[in-house]
Amino acid sequence: MSLQDRLTELRDQGLADIKSADVLKKVNDVKVDLLGKKGPITEVLRGMRDLTPEERPKVGAYANEVRDKLQAAIDHRREELELAAQNKRLAAEKIDVTLPGRQVPQGQPHVITQIITQLEDLFMGMGYQIVDGDEVEEDYYNFERLNLPKDHPARDMQDTFYITKEILLRTQTSADQPRSLENHDFSKGPLKVLSPGRVYRRDTDDATHSHQFHQIEGLVVDKHITMADLKGTLILVANELFGDQFDVRLRPSYFPFTEPSVEADVTCFNCNGKGCAVCKQTGWIEVLGAGMVHPRVLKMSGIDPEVYGGFAFGLGPDRFAMLKYGVDDIRNFYLNDVRFLSQFYKKG
Amino acid sequence: MRISYAWLRDYLKLDIPADELAEKIERTAVEVDGVIRPSEGLKKVVVGDVLECVPHPDSDHLHICQVDVGEDDPIQIVCGAPNVAAGEKVIVALPNSWIGNHTKIKRSKMRGVVSNGMLCALDELGFDEKLVPKEVADGIFILPADAKPGEPVFSYIGMDDEIIDMSVTPNRGDMLSMNGTAHELAAIYDQQPTMPTVDLHEDANELADDELSVTVQADEQAVPMYKMRLIKNITIKPSPLWLQIRIWNAGMRPINNVVDATNYILMQYGQPLHAFDFNSLTKGQVNVRFAKAGEQLTTLDGEERDLATTDLVICSDDVPICLAGTMGGLDSEVTDNTTAIALEGAIFDAVKIRKTAHNHNLHSEASMRYERGIDHSATETALDAAAALIAELSDGTVTTGVVVGRDEDVQPAVVKISLSRINHVLGTDLSLETVADIFKRLDFPTTIDGETYTVTIPARRWDIHIPADLIEEVARLYGYDNLPSTLPTGQPTIGKLNETQQVIRDSRKLMESAGLTQAISYSLTTEAKAKAFAMHASEVTKLDFPMSSERSALRLNLISGLLDDLAYNNARKEHDVALYEEGRVFFSQPEQVRPKEVEHIAGAITGSMVQTAWDTAATPVDFYQIKGIVAGYLKSLALAAPISYVASTEHPEMHPGRTADIYVGEDLVGFVGEIHPATAKAYKVRETYVFELDLDALIAQPKEHQQYQTISKFPSITRDVAMLIDDQVTNAAIVKLITDKGGAHLQKVQLFDVYNGKHVPAGKKSLAYTLTYQDQNGTLVDDEITKAFDKVLAALTETLGAEIR
Ligand SMILES: [Zn+2]
Repeated sequence: MSLQDRLTELRDQGLADIKSADVLKKVNDVKVDLLGKKGPITEVLRGMRDLTPEERPKVGAYANEVRDKLQAAIDHRREELELAAQNKRLAAEKIDVTLPGRQVPQGQPHVITQIITQLEDLFMGMGYQIVDGDEVEEDYYNFERLNLPKDHPARDMQDTFYITKEILLRTQTSADQPRSLENHDFSKGPLKVLSPGRVYRRDTDDATHSHQFHQIEGLVVDKHITMADLKGTLILVANELFGDQFDVRLRPSYFPFTEPSVEADVTCFNCNGKGCAVCKQTGWIEVLGAGMVHPRVLKMSGIDPEVYGGFAFGLGPDRFAMLKYGVDDIRNFYLNDVRFLSQFYKKG
Repeated sequence: MRISYAWLRDYLKLDIPADELAEKIERTAVEVDGVIRPSEGLKKVVVGDVLECVPHPDSDHLHICQVDVGEDDPIQIVCGAPNVAAGEKVIVALPNSWIGNHTKIKRSKMRGVVSNGMLCALDELGFDEKLVPKEVADGIFILPADAKPGEPVFSYIGMDDEIIDMSVTPNRGDMLSMNGTAHELAAIYDQQPTMPTVDLHEDANELADDELSVTVQADEQAVPMYKMRLIKNITIKPSPLWLQIRIWNAGMRPINNVVDATNYILMQYGQPLHAFDFNSLTKGQVNVRFAKAGEQLTTLDGEERDLATTDLVICSDDVPICLAGTMGGLDSEVTDNTTAIALEGAIFDAVKIRKTAHNHNLHSEASMRYERGIDHSATETALDAAAALIAELSDGTVTTGVVVGRDEDVQPAVVKISLSRINHVLGTDLSLETVADIFKRLDFPTTIDGETYTVTIPARRWDIHIPADLIEEVARLYGYDNLPSTLPTGQPTIGKLNETQQVIRDSRKLMESAGLTQAISYSLTTEAKAKAFAMHASEVTKLDFPMSSERSALRLNLISGLLDDLAYNNARKEHDVALYEEGRVFFSQPEQVRPKEVEHIAGAITGSMVQTAWDTAATPVDFYQIKGIVAGYLKSLALAAPISYVASTEHPEMHPGRTADIYVGEDLVGFVGEIHPATAKAYKVRETYVFELDLDALIAQPKEHQQYQTISKFPSITRDVAMLIDDQVTNAAIVKLITDKGGAHLQKVQLFDVYNGKHVPAGKKSLAYTLTYQDQNGTLVDDEITKAFDKVLAALTETLGAEIR
């Protein structure tokens, strides 16, 4: 048998052994047996001494080729087996990915805060400043400066907690608006403010009344503010809170600090205007009060109503939340039952 | 105000459905609470003619009636009403009919006798008991003799009417009358209303002045107008049915012809009228004045009332007989025996009436109208109309002349406004004609000069004084739906949160990320809870006239509110609760009623923040958990001064061994700890950990100047030290000492073990720290670090008596 034939035999035998090796160790054994210093290929190469100088390089090259082929086969088989072993291990490591993840404590903003934040962002986008007035106010600012003199019948609409005859818990966040008006420098542009906050009324707490609730009131004063601007703004608010698929209607109302005064209704989202218990069969839900700032309110703040005019609007986040989420008892907002609070997990 | 659609048709030609009319009123004038249809849900209720009525043989009160209901044969109905009799026209609920309160009537047997239906009283048809005339309250209702058997009964008793229930705003007092509402609808529908006329016959032989005299002592502001008429020879009896129907459909109870007539005119003109029994007046003398201190009056409702000097009273011979504009007195009331009345038509000051109504808690149809204003030009007309109606209904005679206590020259207001002003405010482009047409529809006489309107406002619209009022009239009649919809233009402004607002918003997010849910509790609480947990001494701001002690004082802290919330949850078996609140507390200020309003943020945690799960055991919250939350929060505020926690026993509501005051530099900004077990018991909560921080103080603190520090390229070296040390020595003291003695390269001191269990002698504890050394500029040499570390060990031993292990 020539050396070439011997190499060919070794190659074929080796390749067969590699192929049949089913564990890494066997692959290694084949490698040591075939390619080791005492292996048959080395043996064959030693036999090259007996060859003619012409044959030597041929056989040498062939031997290298066989060696490389075997090495490649070993590497390949090794990879195959490693991969199989890894796959086996991974299969064994399979877990139930539907088991719950480990909890990280996470709190939620109060639903009323969510609504306030949403509107603050909407109005800041339109250049409004957020104003936080005091919750303990003077009767003078809470009422008189808003064109509600003592003994005005409209004061009946707002039963008030008094601390003294002249000091009270604000009944409306617009109590701060006279201060905004008198402090504003109109040479720096229009006055645009949004006042969200807590207000208080002398009411007995029940499902629909709370002695403490929230209001968001807005005020814009400039030289060219129109009722059409008010209408556009109110529609924007209604769309922001309820979606733009609903109609908005304005109807006359009365607030002492605005003239004309309107209330804005939105199509009942529950029945789409057909009439249901939520809207008391009217198809409409009252959501906002608004109007053009009463000239007397401007005058009392030292602003010339012949030159400047504006609009004001107010809404109740508590009422909004009740409507939007079907909350049937306003007290839920202030009792802080975690089973209630945790239902409103949208980030504010 | 309940407006009868049938009555409205006396004024206007209206044939639209009531719902549409209501919607129009709502969109143009005032809110509508709903349309009431009295006959809604009622079926097969017809007129019956009682042909025969015999006593039931087995009953002492039932009668067996044969009733003609318009069919071939009469039907038999057993009736228990005392007033049932043959020859009467009655209300019959046929078999399978529906009457009031969703009740179905079926054929039945009463004491063995078949009854094919039921004879009805008004309340059985769903009438509010308060509206049923007293004289018919105890029996079935008798219909007029000309009622046709078998016809639906509704048209005979006004139940076929539709009633629009308006909620009139304080400025639209003019719509608290049929006349005012008719004027309004005439403007809306562009019609000429047919207004009522007065047909008064005075008895020329009798002069009112001869028998009745009136003096008004109160000032003109309080009583601008006071007039009376004298009506004699009257007979008190029930009103005719047409009047009763109008009265009850307006939501009032028919009483008798005189009272009903005054109420009818009140509804029609919006002018309150009061009838006094003339014979109860002393010497026919009436005077109007303010009450004197100590005076009393028994009002119609039988209440003896102490009068205030702000109460206007009508007197006879200077003895109060009536609370002006609010309620009459019992002694001068019109009774069945009254034969003559003095009828008052007056105007009283809104503020005075409001005060009286408020003080005596007497809110009547009259006081409500006085508070909202009266048409001064219609007072005498209303008085005449009432006198004529009373005379007609009671066969009485009206004496000649009005007795005038005070009269007033009523002048219409005149308001000027330009078209451009209207368009400027509304954002519209209305034409001169469009606006002129609106004033014409309102029936406001108007002249136009260029583009300026001079509008004469009739006295019936006393709410209109200034141009803005006219703009409202134009806007609502033009229709708010027709206004364009735009957004304000003009110089742009920047809208952004100020620093305080931004920190407050960030703080909320940080708390929520730390696992706390936002609570909003009540600011008003009990005085004790308001004062608890207060961070510094302060008076409590108290309400002058609280509704309950539970809500009587403004809080000085947020924790007590949070504990109330925890108690609410605890009572509902929610034991794992982590809440925070951000809001105002109210500290008193010297010499001032108004407190200083300070923003605080507080948290309260009980139970476990992570619930037991398949791979996690619930860990009860403890001091270090809440401290970790506070520390993490404070870190994110990036304050310049260092934050320190100092054990405090100064908070009586807190656990004396588990509470720390929190300082930023030298400033006390809050505290953290476990509430005292006694506090927990009092609030009915479990073991609870709380913190409260003065947010305003934190916002006012200087912020850390943040500057990038190069990250050292050189490796750090660590050394651990474990020591046995006296239990009283705090971690803070040890860390401070290590830091002070650590040398230039000490970067970090990290506590990694605390142990005081087995093998630790009593009064001692075992602590272990890792010290990390690093140099910015080079690799540290081991020897150098060993030297520095030994210094620390020596200091710990010498200064704090530590036993290094
Ligand atoms: Zn609805």
